[in-house]
Amino acid sequence: MRSCREISALVSRGLDKPLDWRERLEIRLHTAMCPSCRNFQRQTQFMRKAARRFGADLETRFGKKS
Amino acid sequence: MTDNSLSEALLAEHRQVLFRYALLQMRDPELADDAVQETLLSAWQGSAGFAGKASLRTWLIGILKHKIADHWRRSAHDPVLTDSHRLDAAEDAEADEDAFFMSNGHWHSGPSAWNDPEAAFRQQEFWTVYETCQNNLPPKMAKVFMLRELVGLEADEVCREAGLTETNYWVVMHRARLRLRECLEIRWFNSQKQEK
Repeated sequence: MRSCREISALVSRGLDKPLDWRERLEIRLHTAMCPSCRNFQRQTQFMRKAARRFGADLETRFGKKS
Repeated sequence: MTDNSLSEALLAEHRQVLFRYALLQMRDPELADDAVQETLLSAWQGSAGFAGKASLRTWLIGILKHKIADHWRRSAHDPVLTDSHRLDAAEDAEADEDAFFMSNGHWHSGPSAWNDPEAAFRQQEFWTVYETCQNNLPPKMAKVFMLRELVGLEADEVCREAGLTETNYWVVMHRARLRLRECLEIRWFNSQKQEK
């Protein structure tokens, strides 16, 4: 079994690169039993959305400052 | 169609990414827009110079960097984000992650559940907290994270920009996410709970 440290790194990598079926299975089995890693997984997806919105609003953000 | 091998439409597809890239460095929408205009114009005029070796976007970013550098030279301003923030390696990566995990690989204090996080998008205060947390990342890490998530470059483009190997890239992005997550939890999601 992989540790939370390894699983969370794998989750993070999965946001930028397709994982193989084995890695996806490991994440699934782990997060089914581990609420912390499940939260981490959801929250990384949330952060990606937040960052994209922030990026989309950059113009208004920097526009307001000057 | 023109005689040029690169059509305006093809160049325009990259406009948004170029604009965000310029904006992050220049922090001024008008200046950023000027730099992008100049870039697209030179690209269009000099499209014969595009050898097709690198991707079109990489080539365009290369031109944009020159335009931005020209601007700083003219105005003698300090660039906000420069290539001096190049990452050497993931030297202290292990130590950084140690702050989040115990020696047996379990979380020190694991991520707790966030109640309806996307509701936060509608609150201006959330975005202030988000920006603070993002700015709290070490500068090099912040640059990599922003190039990927805000500007929208692909992972391999970010590696080229920041001079990172693929392995270092994963480590840096993971650390950025761990830090950003913790900051948002402490500064926003936990304090929201207490108020209720």
